[in-house]
Amino acid sequence: MNFIKSLVLLLLSMASYTAVAVEYRKFDQPEQEAVYKVLIEELRCLVCQNQTIADSNAELAQDLRRQVYEMLQQGKSKDEIAEFMTQRYGDFVLYNPPFKAKTGLLWIGPVVFLVIGLVMLFLFTRRKRNTQNIKLTEEEIKQKTKIRNLLNDEAEQ
Amino acid sequence: MFKYLAPLVLFIVMAIFLALGLNLNPRDIPSPLINQAAPDFSLPVLGQTGRVLTKDALIGDVWIFNVWASWCGSCRIEHPIFNQLAKKKLVTLVGLNYKDEPEAAKQWLAQLGNPYDISVMDQEGRTGIDYGVYGVPETFIIDKKGIVRYKHTGPVEVYDMQNTLIPLIKQLQAEI
Repeated sequence: MNFIKSLVLLLLSMASYTAVAVEYRKFDQPEQEAVYKVLIEELRCLVCQNQTIADSNAELAQDLRRQVYEMLQQGKSKDEIAEFMTQRYGDFVLYNPPFKAKTGLLWIGPVVFLVIGLVMLFLFTRRKRNTQNIKLTEEEIKQKTKIRNLLNDEAEQ
Repeated sequence: MFKYLAPLVLFIVMAIFLALGLNLNPRDIPSPLINQAAPDFSLPVLGQTGRVLTKDALIGDVWIFNVWASWCGSCRIEHPIFNQLAKKKLVTLVGLNYKDEPEAAKQWLAQLGNPYDISVMDQEGRTGIDYGVYGVPETFIIDKKGIVRYKHTGPVEVYDMQNTLIPLIKQLQAEI
């Protein structure tokens, strides 16, 4: 119980830490602020590759947040800003990359592997059932009972 | 037969994927700028108060755009290699002094040598964003028409210089 409590406390302290990392931005329209929050959660910080620019306090992340903010102030839309970033950093900058030839494997890959897994599962389970249904010849049945008996004798001893 | 071969084949396939994965550099993100026009800039020149350099002034030359900073540790690794390149007078070397203090930058060059024909200052990192800079040092090669032809992320080593950069520079010099 104590462990869980301390874990929760630790997580809470981390949450407040990330909140500190993001500087205060003043927006005239609440819609713009909403778009800002969505965008900084969707853009990857390329220095610290597994963080969004909202999570990261790297200089580049700060600069990119400033860029997003300024473009919103200029009245740019969410798509225009995403386009701006992709032109410079490639699709990798988006946590939610568009589906196209280059990113196809990324999107389809997991499905393909799931299908391969299911097919293999199906094949292997079916093979197992087949082996259980094989009819034994008379000779084999005799051998089988012989083995059983031997094993039973062993167990009794 | 299949029963024995299947795990072997599975293992080989996985080994190939893992080997590929280990050999790829996750920091090497392909730049969308390759074969695109180099983004415009108009930046103050380091060490020459009042002078501004624009990208258009470089049209007609093959030039290297090398992103560096005095705070950047791995820039020290590639610096001697650029010093050597500068001696060969093969190509125009333009430095992008990225998010740096001018005084610290000047001192750095005074200490380690200045391979650049000219360095421009991007103190706010805006030109850096336009060039998709995410890990200093970075090196771009731009052809006579102002098209980005190559990008190298991280320090350029002797091998890269000999086998990739210099041959490409020579090839681009030969283009009209």
